[in-house]
Amino acid sequence: MANVPADLRYTKEHEWAKLEGDKARVGITAFAQEQLGDVVFVELPKVGAKVSAMKTFGVVESVKAVSDLFAPLTGEVVEINAELPKKPELVNSDPYGKGWMIVIKLANPKEWETLMSAADYEKLVASAGH
Amino acid sequence: MTQTPALLKRTPLRDVHVKAGAKMVPFGGWDMPVQYTGIIEEHRCVRSAVGLFDISHMGEFEVRGPGALGAVQRVTSNDASTLAIGQVQYSLLCYPEGGIVDDLTLYRLADQHYMLTVNASSIDKDWAWVTEHGQGVDWKNVSAETGLLAVQGPKAEGLVQRLADTDVTRVPYYHFVKGGVAGVPCLISRTGYTGEDGFELYAPAARLESLWSALMEGGKGDGIQPIGLGARDTLRLEMKFALYGNDIDETTSPLEAGLGWVVKPAKGDFIGRAAIEKVRAAGVTRKLVGFEMTERAVARHGYRLLKDGAEIGVVTSGSFSPSLERCIGMGYLRADLAPAGTEFDVDIRGQAHRARVAKTPFVPSKAKKS
Repeated sequence: MANVPADLRYTKEHEWAKLEGDKARVGITAFAQEQLGDVVFVELPKVGAKVSAMKTFGVVESVKAVSDLFAPLTGEVVEINAELPKKPELVNSDPYGKGWMIVIKLANPKEWETLMSAADYEKLVASAGH
Repeated sequence: MTQTPALLKRTPLRDVHVKAGAKMVPFGGWDMPVQYTGIIEEHRCVRSAVGLFDISHMGEFEVRGPGALGAVQRVTSNDASTLAIGQVQYSLLCYPEGGIVDDLTLYRLADQHYMLTVNASSIDKDWAWVTEHGQGVDWKNVSAETGLLAVQGPKAEGLVQRLADTDVTRVPYYHFVKGGVAGVPCLISRTGYTGEDGFELYAPAARLESLWSALMEGGKGDGIQPIGLGARDTLRLEMKFALYGNDIDETTSPLEAGLGWVVKPAKGDFIGRAAIEKVRAAGVTRKLVGFEMTERAVARHGYRLLKDGAEIGVVTSGSFSPSLERCIGMGYLRADLAPAGTEFDVDIRGQAHRARVAKTPFVPSKAKKS
């Protein structure tokens, strides 16, 4: 049912994180983009910005609504998805792939263990669904 | 959190929408489809082909008898005496203080027989208002037994004509006929909220599902899609049609909202007339304008409008325009700044984003004017 890749970790605010060495790639989940509808604008931090776990790092605007983006992990933004300003719809079409948002260099790698597993996130989505 | 689904009212087609995969949301106390496939796709379907909307949540009141015209004239701002049988008129209910109770369409069904179509979220308030202020005549709230579908888009006329037992091509804009559509008795009204040509079909609630199915089936070759409230909102925003509760309400004057054309003081007294005429004499201090953002940033209801850091107005509606692929909005702006081209800022989460007063409608209307 829900599209929740097993190799990612999740937040209760519907972001995903993918561990890449001492960094993590971050985006929003398939469930989140479905709830938002057509994404028309993504506001991201600049490379070099510091982000903190469960603090906002940007916003995503859909036709209907605006929603804060929460950083799953603490650290420094070392990369942002430069495609998103021109093609915000990638968040809808490929939320776990081309729709990624930022890469964080982790200040505290132990934080990874505080994120939700795919199984737990699936339960959250199932209970939020109906 | 808003209301729980159990308390929400349902149109006769609620289960049809769920089965079609619609995302349902609470709207004005109703459980309504906000989108089926996606707002942008649905919006483009209406602009380029034909879309089908379930708007049965809207309310309908009938009033009839020798005092019907007098009662309508007393509670509404437009001049109902000019309506021919078979004609429709956009109008307002106003408060004595000059604010707006609701906006509506008025139908003259027969000589002494009218119908008012009102907003879903205003049904109870409007019913109390018209029955209190239009006393001594026979009012009937037919909202529950009346279903309402909108068929809108360049292919709407062809589709409805193929299913109708009467010539709908001869029905001018803001007029209606009674006739069968796919065997369902309808009031076929050439009206809409999209800026496209098309019809609104009033039909018995019990027959609505068969009408919906026939239109979906009959429009397959035209590329028909069901359209949710999300695209209904972006379509009306591109036309700068006001949405009650967003752009107009009890605190706004019809004159500020650019609705002076449906306020007819010459017809005689009506509720709100004196207050509105006072505003007319003094001149309005703010105007409802359309604006476009010069960058990709969405202005939302309630955001502040600024000029050189000073507050000059407020956003009432804003979204991404699928037709223009730009962010557009509506808002009240200080009257001296209202001319098209004026630049100002929108305060979006503490940051000033540049916008410009636009000529409206944002997209040319294709409604069949006659």
